[in-house]
Amino acid sequence: MEYRIIDQRLDHLRDKILLLGGATEAAVNRAMQSLTNRDTELAKRVLEEDKIINQMELEIDQMSIEILALQAPAAHDLRFVISVAKITPILERIADHASNIAEAAIILNNEPQIKDYVDFPIMAQTAAEMLRDALDAFTTEDADISRQVIERDKEIDESYHRVFNKLLEMMIDNPTVTTSAAHLLFVAKHLERIGDYVKDICELNVYLREAAFIKHSPRT
Amino acid sequence: MESKISISNLNFFYGKAQALFDITLEIPERQVVAFIGPSGCGKSTFLRTLNRMNDTIPIADVSGTVEIDGENIYAPGTDVVALRRKVGMVFQKSNPFPKSIFDNVAYGIRINGIHNSKADLNERVEKALRDSALWEEVKDRLNTSALGLSGGQQQRLCIARALAVQPEVILMDEPASALDPIATQKIEELVVQLKRRYTIVIVTHNMQQAARVSDRTAFFMLGKLIEYNATQKMFTNPDEKLTEDYITGRFG
Repeated sequence: MEYRIIDQRLDHLRDKILLLGGATEAAVNRAMQSLTNRDTELAKRVLEEDKIINQMELEIDQMSIEILALQAPAAHDLRFVISVAKITPILERIADHASNIAEAAIILNNEPQIKDYVDFPIMAQTAAEMLRDALDAFTTEDADISRQVIERDKEIDESYHRVFNKLLEMMIDNPTVTTSAAHLLFVAKHLERIGDYVKDICELNVYLREAAFIKHSPRT
Repeated sequence: MESKISISNLNFFYGKAQALFDITLEIPERQVVAFIGPSGCGKSTFLRTLNRMNDTIPIADVSGTVEIDGENIYAPGTDVVALRRKVGMVFQKSNPFPKSIFDNVAYGIRINGIHNSKADLNERVEKALRDSALWEEVKDRLNTSALGLSGGQQQRLCIARALAVQPEVILMDEPASALDPIATQKIEELVVQLKRRYTIVIVTHNMQQAARVSDRTAFFMLGKLIEYNATQKMFTNPDEKLTEDYITGRFG
């Protein structure tokens, strides 16, 4: 295969988005750890590192625009740049949700701990696995894995409903936990949204591989 | 979409050397079809089979059929002059006659006796120049030499000359390859406008040009048609690996 000028740019772009993906994954994992381990320092670190993630998003945007303008990519090259340009802000938003969870953790860590965090560990684990698999599937351009990850979003949605109901029950049974439970409701919502975003990434993985838009199409 | 030109199992030989292999392709009416492919792939040869321009090459030989509006143009007794009136051509290098701007455009009208009065001739010349987006630039100097025009203007004059005899199909062989970006853009805009009334086939080395102006694209390699598809499909997700490699510059 002949060397092309665009290859170097595309490789660079791939490196950048994988770094962003890794940073986002770490942010989600640390945010949840800061909550479950009541580790306020770790939560602060998540907030601090979000600035780096925002900066990475800008750099990738800039690189994508330059490749489109200067290299006029076509076919798979084009789909790659478009996918990166669309996945990047999704990752940034996932990291924002991780920051929101970290902020909630800082508040919750100053409150008495609610006895158990019900389905939270499962929900967080599912979200983290989905994100990891989605990023791997992007790297390997694996449409099958991506479709499997999309299916797993249902697991998160189900956990969310269980957590939601459980927290409501807690608030009714024991109004003194209302503040904490309310914050936890938001945490659950953030995890649920992360699941949705991971699904969006997987849809773009399928686009990258198959040039097919599966978003908004009825599930088979 | 109705087919204007239907090519079936077309083979073409320069003496013993086969230049086109079993090409089958439909060109829809009032669309722009682009032919792309590396140098020597046969795209220009193929273009020239569509109005029998290759007839002028003594050793050329053709088999298969090219039907325009259902009539095989290689059938015995075909009026080749009428064919070329119906299927006009514009070349890479503009080739205006060393005559006035007016006479260049009037040339085909006069020799074909299309006009019925001096006023009619004037009207036809003006219309052809308007249709080729040249009128505003030349209306005050119609009697000056065409050779005084810029390269881009000369090329649009050649398009006007082709339009003046009321063709139905226009073949363009790299019409903008010798022009600067502004003149190129004018030609491209013209192509897009002209397809409302004409069927256009354009050979181009400029892939972005094919992407910008054409509805369908045909990719040729070594005399074979590798892929023929809607242009947007071709440039976002081609069916053939060879096409992908070519349009992404993986081989020259």
